[in-house]
Amino acid sequence: MIGLAWIYPLAGLVFLACGIRAARNPRHPRRWSGSLFWCLLALLFLVGDRLQAWMAGALVLGLALLAGLGGVKGGDREPGDGEEATREAGRLGNRLFLPALAIPVLTVGLLFAFRWMSARGLNLVNPAEGTLVSLGLACGLALFGALRVTGRGPGEGLGEGARLLDTIGWAAVLPLYLATLGAVFAKAGVGEAVASLLTRYLPLGSPSVAVLAYGLGMATFTVVMGNAFAAFPVMTAAVGLPVLVGTHHANPAAMAAMGMLTGYCGTLLTPMAANFNLVPAALLELGDPHGVIRAQAPTALVLLGLNLLLMRLLIF
Amino acid sequence: MNLMPLLGLATMVLGFALRANPVLVVACAAVVTGLAAGASPLGVLETLGEAFVKNRFLALFLLTLPVVGVLERHGLRIRARAWIAGLRGATPGRLLLLYHLARQGTAALGLTSLGGHPQTVRPLLAPMAEAAAERESGTPLSKQARDGLRALCAATDNVALFFGEDLFLAFGAVLLIRGFMAEQGHLLEPLRIALWGIPTALAALLIHGGRLHRLDRKRKGPA
Repeated sequence: MIGLAWIYPLAGLVFLACGIRAARNPRHPRRWSGSLFWCLLALLFLVGDRLQAWMAGALVLGLALLAGLGGVKGGDREPGDGEEATREAGRLGNRLFLPALAIPVLTVGLLFAFRWMSARGLNLVNPAEGTLVSLGLACGLALFGALRVTGRGPGEGLGEGARLLDTIGWAAVLPLYLATLGAVFAKAGVGEAVASLLTRYLPLGSPSVAVLAYGLGMATFTVVMGNAFAAFPVMTAAVGLPVLVGTHHANPAAMAAMGMLTGYCGTLLTPMAANFNLVPAALLELGDPHGVIRAQAPTALVLLGLNLLLMRLLIF
Repeated sequence: MNLMPLLGLATMVLGFALRANPVLVVACAAVVTGLAAGASPLGVLETLGEAFVKNRFLALFLLTLPVVGVLERHGLRIRARAWIAGLRGATPGRLLLLYHLARQGTAALGLTSLGGHPQTVRPLLAPMAEAAAERESGTPLSKQARDGLRALCAATDNVALFFGEDLFLAFGAVLLIRGFMAEQGHLLEPLRIALWGIPTALAALLIHGGRLHRLDRKRKGPA
């Protein structure tokens, strides 16, 4: 059965290429520390399952130190669109669009194909991992197509992937760290501690205050954790179910759905949601790493206010 | 109630305030929380390693980078710009509004991987929006205007995705809500959870779409 264990080494190869590329570039601003960062990360993806848990943990801390002490900075930002690109654009024309559009189309197509097969008893792919396996396979196939269209070898694929990865830098791994922190928080009982503080000190007898506490708590906790999924169980167990549903008889489906979406407004506002906010700022080579958050803030704040109002009107 | 684990949250806030590197802040918060909850240093390392290895799937979006990199090197962004520059009536506001509608609509059908920052925004949407803006004004964009427009492209992808995907029954958030609420004794139909996402989805479309609509008027401005 094909599972993620087949896909992780592919990502490991891209990280390794990034490490080698940095080491071979004497003008790279963080040549050796940057190279070490990507190579250690590659190790976690290539053989992570076979490492002792404490060794993987030590690597995780080592990576954080390298990133935190400024050891990982993007190399020279080569413009992707030089003279060569202009010439090639003329030569290849609209054929260039095909491999780019193939990634989403193939991902969705493969996903449906795997589902169709498993409904007929043929479990080629682990069903829980279908989307990500499809994405990985689609990227492989699209890369094959891109190399065919452009007439280049697979080395160029790795090299160009490494170039873009270097532009993103440490922000590429922040989501993994937050997920790890989420696991540690769950084990340590942080949610219960927050809940006991909130219920002790807020006048939750008023439905409006209770809606505000639940909604703003979702948004704030999401800003800190970078992910509404981490905030939802904590706030819903602390305020949502005992107070809104228990005391004020809110509709549980409406409260849960709208509470989660209130958290999403927080996701739009936080650098901790790196893959939505920091990674695109790096990919688009914005001067300001928080540029995307600034562009989202007006939408997010107005929506947050409106959503709190909608909750107050609709959930009771 | 044991409040010691909250030291981890305090570490996060302190790290934010000191503007330290977020990866380092998060790692420190994890170590502080683990130790405060009474785990041994080796136990903390084990938890960290286990959780990190289990969550590696979060980095798989990076697999799109080789494809995008190769195509860019061979002129993908230039082609995308040329295509929009030839379309009459293409303005940045209209382009982004169209993208917002398409992205939110397809996300609501569960097709979330049709867009995204590495695969759609950087190679296609951003160059197209820039070409539309330059076509309209007849002059190249300033760096400031270009960055602002690019940021808005990424923002549009995020807003449309977030408030589209939870209208889909089998989306992670809907399933997470259902699972958590069932554990707490409230059995909810996924359809009812998804339907309660509609008011917020419409509000997001109105608010962000309104901003995009005003973008063109502001660009034409007082001139």
